[in-house]
Amino acid sequence: MPTKPEPVLDIRDLVVHFQLQGGALSRLLGLGVRTVKAVDGVNLTLARGEVLGVVGESGSGKTTLGRALLGLVATTDGEVVYHDRERGERRVSHMRGRELRQLRTDLQMVFQDPHAALNPSMTIEEAVGHPLVIHGIAKGDELRRRVGEALERVGLAPVERFLSKYPSDLSGGQKQRAVIARAIILDPEVLVADEPVSMLDMSVRAKILQLMLDLKTDLGLTYVYITHDLASAKYFCDRIAIMYLGRVVEVGPTEEVFANPRHPYTKALLKAIPEPDPERMVPRDLPRGEIPDAAVPPLGCSFHPRCPEATSICGWESRDLRALIEEHWTRGSAETYARERDLVGDLEHLDRPDTRPRVGAGGALEVRGLLAEMRAEDPDEPLWLGVDAIDDDGDGVRVSFHPGEDPQLRAAGDVDVACVLYP
Amino acid sequence: MGSFFRGIWNTKGQARWILLVGVVITLVFIVFAVLAPWVAPYDFNQTKLDGAKLPKLAPPSGTYWFGTNDQFYDIYSRVVWGARTALEVIVLSLVISIVIGVPLGIASGFIGGWFDRILVFVNDAIYSLPSLLLAIVFSFLLRGPLGGGVTAAALSITAVYIPQYFRVVRNTTVSAREATYVEAARALGAKPFTIMRKYLFGNVVQSVPVLGTLNAADALGTLAALGFLGFGIQPNEASEWGYDLSRALDDAQAGTWWPTLFPGLALILLITALTLVGEGLNETANPALRRRRLRPVVFPRREQDEERTR
Repeated sequence: MPTKPEPVLDIRDLVVHFQLQGGALSRLLGLGVRTVKAVDGVNLTLARGEVLGVVGESGSGKTTLGRALLGLVATTDGEVVYHDRERGERRVSHMRGRELRQLRTDLQMVFQDPHAALNPSMTIEEAVGHPLVIHGIAKGDELRRRVGEALERVGLAPVERFLSKYPSDLSGGQKQRAVIARAIILDPEVLVADEPVSMLDMSVRAKILQLMLDLKTDLGLTYVYITHDLASAKYFCDRIAIMYLGRVVEVGPTEEVFANPRHPYTKALLKAIPEPDPERMVPRDLPRGEIPDAAVPPLGCSFHPRCPEATSICGWESRDLRALIEEHWTRGSAETYARERDLVGDLEHLDRPDTRPRVGAGGALEVRGLLAEMRAEDPDEPLWLGVDAIDDDGDGVRVSFHPGEDPQLRAAGDVDVACVLYP
Repeated sequence: MGSFFRGIWNTKGQARWILLVGVVITLVFIVFAVLAPWVAPYDFNQTKLDGAKLPKLAPPSGTYWFGTNDQFYDIYSRVVWGARTALEVIVLSLVISIVIGVPLGIASGFIGGWFDRILVFVNDAIYSLPSLLLAIVFSFLLRGPLGGGVTAAALSITAVYIPQYFRVVRNTTVSAREATYVEAARALGAKPFTIMRKYLFGNVVQSVPVLGTLNAADALGTLAALGFLGFGIQPNEASEWGYDLSRALDDAQAGTWWPTLFPGLALILLITALTLVGEGLNETANPALRRRRLRPVVFPRREQDEERTR
């Protein structure tokens, strides 16, 4: 990393929401328009010449973030600022039409699926040279020369063998090389690579990553490397940003993140990397469950329902209670389930986020007993840390949870981490 | 293009023969149409020879191969000239409806929103009308400005087929629009027009040739129906089989068979041939329907084998 980082892209409070269409009835009546918070307030700075890895599970918003960087999706709020060497600051997130198209000469993208990213009815020569034609940079012999140069640079040589080929004639690795050639032919500053190797054979992955590293040093590129694969990020990136449900939860130098992961989610991801040696298998407490619904993210820290280190202030709420009760039932017999089902009554209303939910329909004492039994079953369950009080309320109880805290990115050592454990 | 023909040749089963038969018959008609002035002994609108009228309703003979009809026309000449008219109308109507329907479909599918809604609505409305009725209405409307000629007939038929191309192309565009290569084009900085022209067009027109050949047969039927009903091409503008059939209907009831037989036969043959081409193309060019022919691989004989046989 350069000693004094010069920023090339600034992401400030970036928010990208997508509108969801509901069922036929709600669409007809114009009700219940739900929004998915794909990117929900991200702050990052990309320094010139670095490789920033954006790592996260499917649905964490990392691809949307990459697209927003190029202005391919509309931003809901916040801004992306590109520091042009000649023209100074330019706000990508507020550009339209012609201006945005012109920006493509500086910001380029490599797509995940090389089989789909090339137009099947264009030859490699046309496809790779098309950016130059679009921007009116070169034509005729000059165009051919530059296409040949780009293909050679990405290792599609001898060039003559590939010029007249169609994408269907090439292998996955060759296609990805062509896609990279198409991206670098405009001589961009920043290359956003959205899982560039995840669709390729194992044998080809390392070669493509090596190619990208070579191109970086030759052409002075800056990369945003989007991936779910921490192992390749370790090999490839200077800095890593871990994303969860539209937020960056930890960002810092790669060595530091790997050597000393701070956020529980980062720790979980690191544990999920397969070990090459079966003798060294360690018990893995991977995060339980799946990534939650981004339309209604959990209260407080969005990772808390899956977090093994959750505390009382992580934002416990009604949905966690429902999950816990249902999990309890999966362990019991059918008769227990039938009896307790009547005891707690309907659970549907718990799906509305609430820090003081009411449960029970079969008498306050019995419900209280059931909750105590569940607690005894698994005393380490972090949810109980967040329970302030259980009060009687008619024939049920009202559970009061401790108000949650939504952690912001804060400096902790060499990294920034968004977790209540690092205040 | 070479691989296209190789693909057709390597298809298994009847599809190839269907296509071949259709193409051969169609080619015969095309040859007659092109060479009409030399092949036909009379002009399509010629009733007199050296000042004397041709005989009325003369049976087929050495002089008048297919006989003459009640309007003193030589039926053989009318049939040959009719092939020219038919092909002119088919080509003209197909070209116009493709030139209008395909770009409209691409733009509608790519731009989407209200533009798409309105175009789809209009085209569906047109599509829901019976095609013949629509053609009749248009030929009425066009008779004033254009007269009862080939152009007017072709345009009336065009109106029927534009929605078909529009539909097919629009639907393929809607699915192609979401493809990564379209987003890649946007990421390269291509203008919407460039994306439509360079990235969508080549990938959505593939269904058009098959639809075109199938429509060609249909267009010919519509043309004949228009002529039969008296809304088509007038006899002094060009020779048209449908019109000749309607004229000959009364004579057919009186036992004079030749004025109906020959134009009718020509009509049926050409429609069948065009349908065969369409179906054949559909089954050979469409990879989902096509079955490949397996061809034995023959290795060159080894020298020992040759010695043994010797």
